[in-house]
Amino acid sequence: MDCLPHVDAYGIICAIESPRQREWSVRSVLNWIRRPKYASVERRDVPAGLWTKCPRCAALVYRKELERNLRVCPRCNYHHRLSAADRLTAVLDEGTFVEHDEGLVPEDPLEFVDERPYPARIDDAQRRTGLPEAVITGTGTIEGRRAVVGAMEFGFLGGSMGTVVGEKVARSAELAGSLSSPLIVFSASGGARMQEGPLSLLQMAKTSVALGRLSDAGVPFISVLCDPTTGGVAASFAFQGDVILAEPGALIGFAGRRVIEQTIKQKLPEGFQTAEFLLEHGLIDAIVLRGDLRPTLARFLRLFGAPEAPEPETVLAQSPSAGGGDNGRPL
Amino acid sequence: MAVPSDLAGAAFRDEAAGERLERELETVEREIAELKRITQSNQGLDLTRQIGVLEQRAEALQNAIARNPTPWQTVQIARHAERPKIGEYVAALTTDFVELHGDRAFRDDPAIVAGLGVVDGRTIAVIGHAKGRDTRENIARNFGMPNPEGYRKAVRIMHLAAKLRAPVVTLIDTPGAFPGKEAEERGQSEAIAKALIEMARLRTPTIAVITGEGGSGGALAIGVGDVVLMLERAVYSVISPEGCAAILWRDGSRSRQAARALRLTAPDLVGFGIVDEIVPEPQGSAHRHPDQAVAAVASAIRRHLTTLAARPVETLLQTRYEKFRRIGRLRDLGQVSEQSPRKHHAPG
Repeated sequence: MDCLPHVDAYGIICAIESPRQREWSVRSVLNWIRRPKYASVERRDVPAGLWTKCPRCAALVYRKELERNLRVCPRCNYHHRLSAADRLTAVLDEGTFVEHDEGLVPEDPLEFVDERPYPARIDDAQRRTGLPEAVITGTGTIEGRRAVVGAMEFGFLGGSMGTVVGEKVARSAELAGSLSSPLIVFSASGGARMQEGPLSLLQMAKTSVALGRLSDAGVPFISVLCDPTTGGVAASFAFQGDVILAEPGALIGFAGRRVIEQTIKQKLPEGFQTAEFLLEHGLIDAIVLRGDLRPTLARFLRLFGAPEAPEPETVLAQSPSAGGGDNGRPL
Repeated sequence: MAVPSDLAGAAFRDEAAGERLERELETVEREIAELKRITQSNQGLDLTRQIGVLEQRAEALQNAIARNPTPWQTVQIARHAERPKIGEYVAALTTDFVELHGDRAFRDDPAIVAGLGVVDGRTIAVIGHAKGRDTRENIARNFGMPNPEGYRKAVRIMHLAAKLRAPVVTLIDTPGAFPGKEAEERGQSEAIAKALIEMARLRTPTIAVITGEGGSGGALAIGVGDVVLMLERAVYSVISPEGCAAILWRDGSRSRQAARALRLTAPDLVGFGIVDEIVPEPQGSAHRHPDQAVAAVASAIRRHLTTLAARPVETLLQTRYEKFRRIGRLRDLGQVSEQSPRKHHAPG
């Protein structure tokens, strides 16, 4: 079940959003929609037709309309999963994203073979997503304020965290510290990646030491929990945010539903481990509609006194050579 | 007792041999049970000698397995009910131990024991998972699987230790954090995430010892040590072999294979740079020689306490940072990252 009762009932965030801002944000988003650098996984999963059937309300939605609406069902507000690249496009000022550490790719330290060898699974995930790993990280601006951002790709081996994901999140925290820019990470992950065994587990510690240092440096971290955020990712950086936001209906938790049901020998109630459930239990700050994420994040960046970045054109003109330590290239 | 020649050491390095021993042990144990049953139902039939021979063989087989277990056998040893528990370690390590209770918010979690004690004249905090020895005690302790309040108690005692400049020793032995309904409602993820980040920056020396079962995030939550020790037959894994088999092979019975694939034994963990030192178990099994095993652990902890206490806290924090920051294996195709001005890179 992922039924959402009322779209307007999600905590403070809806309340602080004026209609004008919302309209502005949606219009701006429309302007920025362009072909992302990486192919969207979910887009490929959609059948070849022009129409997508909403899994919740069963409405047939014109696919382009769904994309324009940031993959939120216009009828029932169901939030379809969004690829990492599309998410960055939707949230950041156009042309400001500079990717970092895109050269980091996984090894096969355990020589892990289940039904298929791990390297074959990686190759397959890379081919299907067009991404080297399950997270994209870099810098960008939101309404002119600079942030270090990371977005996880659930389509890449379930967004699982192996060495590369841990490393990129840790490097992002270090970069945020050195730039004194807030860190924003969009999580979408089943948890630690089994195929890297204990090394995956210890990425929870790696991200924690980096985020602990960022916190000690007085630089804020906004964690945005997307569908799903569970296991070792939930139990490390995703829940270490100074502010924790979530998308409506997102599945968020430590243990999987089946494991819990087997352990306690009873069925879990509807809506268990949804964003709404977590808000009610005091575990997250707010639920934010996807269309409101950009202005909401911008508001937090202002509240946190995030540095104002130069105009996007200037940034583009300077980067990557004169990016003041920036080591990436524009998206 | 003498080791039968066919069970002497190097002859069975490979896993197939280890599994043969295990199958033989099962057969021998079945035969012993069968003989005992026959004795009981046939008064006057004396099979004591035959049973004695078989029991000797079983013992020899058990010892042989313990000396060179397969990964799956190591998991069984690590979970053995008679391995030393936190109480024995605390008794051997500290004097004047006082247990402290509760997270000051919800309740006391009996699956985690925390308190203060004295080692060689120095106050330390001890925090660890508490498994029970029998079913009754295990139910009371929730089989050593903490709820969020357990991790919150752990963090509370860590902060107290930092305030006292008292080193923290953690003892890890858990199947994992409890996967329960209330645990989710009270924020199991948040509790573990918080424990990780607090231990990562704790301004006092930290020593983590994996004494038995190092079950995933629920174990690591109290495992961010300046020094990480591991008993010879303990395991430390991202997921239980059973869980891994159920997910990856869709067949929980392939745990044996999963245990091998997951690389969860102490030598594996040392190889990955996750564990600093293995504490040897007497003849490969702490549960058969608990006093010696506990003494070995206590002595290793004492040695590291002395070393760590001599270091300035800033050095400790920097070293701890680098230690955990470095863990992992990756490749940098790196046209970009080579120019990175940042200092800390994972090794390629």
